[in-house]
Amino acid sequence: MFGKKRVAIVGAGVTLFRRNIKETGKELSYEAVKMALNTAGMELKDMQSVVMGSAPDAFDGVHMKGEYLADGAGAHCKPYTRVFVGGGTGVFTPLAGWWHVASGQFDTCLVVCEEKMSSCYPHPQFAFTTIFDPILERPVGMNLIWIFALEMNRYMHKHNLKKEDIALVSVKNKRNALDNPIAQLAAEITVEDVLKSEIMAWPVQRLDVSPTSDGAAALILASEDVAKEVTDNPVWIDGVGWCIDSTQWTNRDLYYPDYVEYAARMAYKMAGIRNPPKEIDVAEPYDPFDYKELHHIEGLLLCKKGEAPKLTREGVTQRDGDLPTCPSGGLLGCGNPIAAAGLMKVSEIFWQLRGEAGKRQVPCDPRTGVAQAWGDLMQYGSVIVLRR
Amino acid sequence: MSAKIKHFPGEEVETKDIREGKIPTEKFRPKAKFAWSAGVAISKFLDELKNGKIIATTCKKCGRIMVPPRIYCEKCYKPTDGWAYVKDTGVINTFSVSFLAADASRLKEPIIVAIINLEGASEGMGIVHRIEEVKDWKKVKIGMKVKAVWKPPKERTGAITDIKYFKTMEEI
Repeated sequence: MFGKKRVAIVGAGVTLFRRNIKETGKELSYEAVKMALNTAGMELKDMQSVVMGSAPDAFDGVHMKGEYLADGAGAHCKPYTRVFVGGGTGVFTPLAGWWHVASGQFDTCLVVCEEKMSSCYPHPQFAFTTIFDPILERPVGMNLIWIFALEMNRYMHKHNLKKEDIALVSVKNKRNALDNPIAQLAAEITVEDVLKSEIMAWPVQRLDVSPTSDGAAALILASEDVAKEVTDNPVWIDGVGWCIDSTQWTNRDLYYPDYVEYAARMAYKMAGIRNPPKEIDVAEPYDPFDYKELHHIEGLLLCKKGEAPKLTREGVTQRDGDLPTCPSGGLLGCGNPIAAAGLMKVSEIFWQLRGEAGKRQVPCDPRTGVAQAWGDLMQYGSVIVLRR
Repeated sequence: MSAKIKHFPGEEVETKDIREGKIPTEKFRPKAKFAWSAGVAISKFLDELKNGKIIATTCKKCGRIMVPPRIYCEKCYKPTDGWAYVKDTGVINTFSVSFLAADASRLKEPIIVAIINLEGASEGMGIVHRIEEVKDWKKVKIGMKVKAVWKPPKERTGAITDIKYFKTMEEI
């Protein structure tokens, strides 16, 4: 830890998540930032630096999205950076904010994530096809859902899992979202509903997947000195980790996210966590698909490989279980405005640790939480460990 | 989502109201086109596909036979040491049966896509391609043996689609 400053989160804001929102990305960013500043009792002039996170430019059709969003993100005439690591962006952005403050260069950093997936039509899926290798993959006619289906099938095969084992995650997260005022797809559903839903790309069915969404989220980061001035209950960023695996995704065994494990190990080492299942009280693993929550619980070393479905079945991951996961309702329940969804997860851990999560509050009096996101071509892991 | 916050900003609108311009909107369709050089390693790979062969590169340090081929080993971070043909048969590493086209529109007849670990390459070295000639998609299984079905030589253009698809060795 020598040379690094301790960094706290002192405020958070988030907009509604919806399929289509009238506000532009700039306006959504503004709203999330204002809420975060208000909850921190701070003003924009107190923010010495700004980091913006947003996913592919193709959704907006604006190829300078960082610059385009800057004013709405409160970056006018400030040190400003936009970062992007695909779906991992939402948790990576506060990591980038962390190094701004941990380095000692700034006492404060405003972290903003925004996504407007509604602008690209007929479906943002088409913009996603441009992420594939142009020579060897696109001519095969790739679709984004395919690669997740390939990964899900491999995971199921390796651990001999049934769709029923995985559908429970969707049931849990959509139900958790009923208590979340921003949620887009909160619902009381059954495993049967998931199994009967439209087959998109087997084994992926409609209710295994999070929707496309618009939304924004923001966090206020502060150095220890500033944090203690502005709040009695700061939440500390005690661990950060990030890692990328090879883009040659057809050369990897997709059943396990090694890169998430490496990122988690980095974050846990920094936080002094030796036994993650015992020391982590609440988790927000990235859940754009139901199987991904399981995949990521395993990658985050919260259980052994292949055991996450058992934890889910036994209720361990419910809000009142020993290891509550996605108490927010996750992406499956709240929606998936990509970068904003990841930052919403970090915000949820912040609120859980502050005891402010209201109906969503996990009853275990959490002290330590972890949030994680995942992205690019099934190759990127970003992990943050928070403590009160 | 703090319980202390009562109002969450954002005004929901209907997709059709935007697409049909019922609320103020502006539309644009990019007309950009792209032509990519296939690069050093993949150009040779594509040339060999034209000959009906699949070529890999090898790394003596880690011992891997890598496909798709590359001019550097990303693990050892050194130039690869040579070329080696692998077979046009392999094993399904994983697969999906897609009822979605690339633009998310729905298909009546599903597309089966798979990662195929090619015989002769190192363990786990797969490529992504389609599986066809399947009567009942529910019978496709991980671990099944497959073989490439090539376009006739005259129709090959030096593209991954010179392999039309892979088919399972046993009839399903």
